[in-house]
Amino acid sequence: MSVGDFGFFVICLTAIVLLAAQAVVHPSEFAQILVFGLADGAIYALVALGYTMVYGIIELINFAHGDVFTLGAYVAAAVMGFFAGTSEDTFSVSNLVALLVTFPAAMLLMGAVNITIERVAYRPLRNAPRLAPLITAIGMSFLLEGIMFVWSGPFTVHVPDLLPHGPGFNTTIGGVFIEFKDVFVVVAAAILVSLLAVFINRSKLGKAMRATAQDRDASQLMGININRTIAATFFIGALLAGAGGVIWGLYFNAITYNLGFRTGLVAFTSAVFGGIGNIPGAALGGMVIGLTAAFSDAYIGSKWTQVVIFGILIGVLVFRPTGLLGMRVPEK
Amino acid sequence: MPAARSLWSRLHLRERIRDRDTAVYGVLLIVALLWPMATIFATGDTFLTSQAAHAGTWVLLAVGLNVVVGFAGLLDLGYAAFFAIGAYSYALFASFQLASSPLHHAYHLPFWLMLFVGMFVAAAFGAILGFPTLRLRGDYLAIVTLGFGEIVPQLFLNLDQWTGGINAIGSIDQPSLPAWITGPWAGANDIAIVRDFNFSFDPVAYYVLIVILIIGAVILVNNLHRSRLGRAWMAIREDEVAAAAMGINTVTTKLLAFAIGASFSGFAGAYYGASFGLVSPDSFLFVVSVTVLVMVVLGGMGNIAGVIIGAIAIYFLLNSVLSSLPANLQSLSNAIGLGWLNNSNGAWPGLSELAQRLQFLLYGLILVLMMLLRPQGIFPSRIREQELKHAVVTEEETVVEQAHAS
Amino acid sequence: MSEAPAGRDSILELTELTKRFGGLLAVDSVSLQIKRGEVFALIGPNGAGKTTLFNSVTGMFRPTSGRVVFDGRVITGSKPHEVARLGIARTFQNIRLFDFMTAVDNVKVGRHVRMKAKVWDSLFKLPRERHEEERVTEEAMELLRFVGIARFANHYARNLPYGQQRRLEIARALATEPKLLLLDEPAAGFTPQEKVELMELVRKILTRGITVFLIEHDMKLVMGISERIVVLDHGEKIAEGPPEEVRKDRRVIEAYLGKSA
Repeated sequence: MSVGDFGFFVICLTAIVLLAAQAVVHPSEFAQILVFGLADGAIYALVALGYTMVYGIIELINFAHGDVFTLGAYVAAAVMGFFAGTSEDTFSVSNLVALLVTFPAAMLLMGAVNITIERVAYRPLRNAPRLAPLITAIGMSFLLEGIMFVWSGPFTVHVPDLLPHGPGFNTTIGGVFIEFKDVFVVVAAAILVSLLAVFINRSKLGKAMRATAQDRDASQLMGININRTIAATFFIGALLAGAGGVIWGLYFNAITYNLGFRTGLVAFTSAVFGGIGNIPGAALGGMVIGLTAAFSDAYIGSKWTQVVIFGILIGVLVFRPTGLLGMRVPEK
Repeated sequence: MPAARSLWSRLHLRERIRDRDTAVYGVLLIVALLWPMATIFATGDTFLTSQAAHAGTWVLLAVGLNVVVGFAGLLDLGYAAFFAIGAYSYALFASFQLASSPLHHAYHLPFWLMLFVGMFVAAAFGAILGFPTLRLRGDYLAIVTLGFGEIVPQLFLNLDQWTGGINAIGSIDQPSLPAWITGPWAGANDIAIVRDFNFSFDPVAYYVLIVILIIGAVILVNNLHRSRLGRAWMAIREDEVAAAAMGINTVTTKLLAFAIGASFSGFAGAYYGASFGLVSPDSFLFVVSVTVLVMVVLGGMGNIAGVIIGAIAIYFLLNSVLSSLPANLQSLSNAIGLGWLNNSNGAWPGLSELAQRLQFLLYGLILVLMMLLRPQGIFPSRIREQELKHAVVTEEETVVEQAHAS
Repeated sequence: MSEAPAGRDSILELTELTKRFGGLLAVDSVSLQIKRGEVFALIGPNGAGKTTLFNSVTGMFRPTSGRVVFDGRVITGSKPHEVARLGIARTFQNIRLFDFMTAVDNVKVGRHVRMKAKVWDSLFKLPRERHEEERVTEEAMELLRFVGIARFANHYARNLPYGQQRRLEIARALATEPKLLLLDEPAAGFTPQEKVELMELVRKILTRGITVFLIEHDMKLVMGISERIVVLDHGEKIAEGPPEEVRKDRRVIEAYLGKSA
């Protein structure tokens, strides 16, 4: 084991020990934070998957991905607003209908947006020196944030709280307050990630994606249509990010135009932590980083959480760049 | 005699390249010298001069980042962090800030000293950051620098006991000199020598200072470019493996680029602290790092003269064109009889407010278009042009292969 | 050429050098000694581990086990730039020039290790730095003349014809003032005329007191200039000796033509 790996595991171990101590001393408080962290982490996982898949296949850090996530939430807010009869107080049938329409609408729309972005802004620069697509991606991020800024200005947009809540939809176990939405987030994310796993491992397109990520030239020689495969990767990543956006909106009920910037960086940290290019790694990384953010907010102070997260990002890249589960990107 | 002829042809080629750059430098210098005089005469005030001085700060930053990104080919997305370090270094020790800190003692160190202190502190942090991270591959380095660029302002914000946090550090000391010359270029009536001159936000004085700093920086950077170190940077950028095989210690060479680049940023930061009089964490956000990077890329990475022009162009674009967009659109709509668009009406925030909000979007659009249409910048070094043309050719080949494959 | 020189000290000594990549054994316990001033060739079928051996000597790869002694000094596991500084230079199988630098600048990069300019000197263009730069430019031109491509001095390396690119790589390697020059398939893709010129160039290099260690596939060329040859197959040394002996070695013939021969 190299020095780097050793350092990485020592730090992880220390953190776990400290948290375990808190868990023993204040169990229900700890568990409450845990619940929140899991929900948060589930959403980060969904966004992280998009980053990791795109990086795995074309080695591009898609800066705009976090903004696709936010845009999904904006679309959700807009779509939900169209449904008459929805209520934030009681869970009516209209609510259910609204949700059933919003999810696919936001997801598919984001998929289309991402494919367009890839076709227009990234594909022409696929073979250019690294800096060019990086700046384009940043520009795209600004562009999307700009669109949302025009839409709502610096003001918070309210996302209707259409999930079931209130008495009958929450419970307290051992001093820990758990709501329907906490469970919903984790379950929804788990379902989506499982579907992704099945797709990646069983379908022909999934196999093409894995092959292209490993060796683009060989895949091309085997007859795989690279452009279509890459487009599909962007599409699927955006489906997940869009879903993540809807879920975030439903959970927090408030979104702003620049939500994507911070969330994107946190999600990217998750992807790196789990091992960039590694799909299970991104999901795992999302959960871990979500929990870390929650614990940091509670025990260190929320104004330091940003520093903690970026500290982790730098730390992982310095000590163990392959991440927890290992990188799935060809070394140059 | 073949030997003599090759020497001669070499000189010719060099002269041709140098000529274009020399011409550009010449023009820039003349414009810089005449600017205060001309604009004060034309407009009667020093607003344009102070704008130019502000642009000069960006130029200095761009020249510095050019060393990191253009010469050595390192991806740096957190350049604003060193700018912040330089600015705060000066602000903390040249104001009353530290009196309200746990130190209970304010320092008022001279500006001319702090210029260099800020430079060295920033360089030190550049070395500290670079040491464990410069061996990472390009994208990862970009992300690490991005993370650093986020952490530094956040730290300055959080450590408010020392830095004033969100309240910023204000009333920063102004530089002073034992003597200063003023004259018609500064809008005065005759040439006179001023004793015990204090800058006190005098736009012309700051303008002169930044021009001198830029000239100095350009000379130094040019010297580095045509030296053993400059070639080592280029070699690393071209092929790191071959560079190492030729005896170049890639780690220390990259570290030097990083530290030297950071020192320029720190230097500019100290100047900024004095000239702006206020240092707040909000002035050092990601968009600043991106903007400097865009200036370098637009200028044709590696080409110093181009980078200066790129910086001026982007500054002009952001601070004049985009910022006057709301007002311009407002008068345009009035002129063509669509004045009612200017009023806010329910969800419609009014044309002016909308245009204000559009700026961010337009900036993003400009970035994307720039990379798609002219990624090699205004004055690409012939190198860049070849690199990117080669990339386009390879892309076309790929398309042809694709067509055959499917 | 002549028989193995007796009494000459060895400039490079490999003792049971091994390089393993996970499950793949690329270089298997190879031992050899190269004498100062000789031309020593490394041959073998494709994939035999020749370039891996070069890479393990020059520090690009860290040997799994074994020892590399250069000029009396143990250099096993040293970094590439240290190895270059000590006096081993190399060219690459797939030509690794600095494409978008001129030919003369490429060679000047080679001079890097022997230059004294520090950052301070370069920053302020002190006189001693300026003089060194002039000197280095002249030295680079001299090397370009030595390999015969002086007229391409200001062309971008990328634009040079293939044969000239190979020569440029040699000039750049020579700029580091090596005691030992490693050439990795220097004649690949050469016309017969170019191969003759290359042999001439190698002889000229020898007159400068530089030992040459080369990997090559062209048997005629190898037999023509080498004093001793080592044959590698599947990472193992299977023969060593002067060209006439090696050419007749049964194991060598089998390795190239297959066991059925």
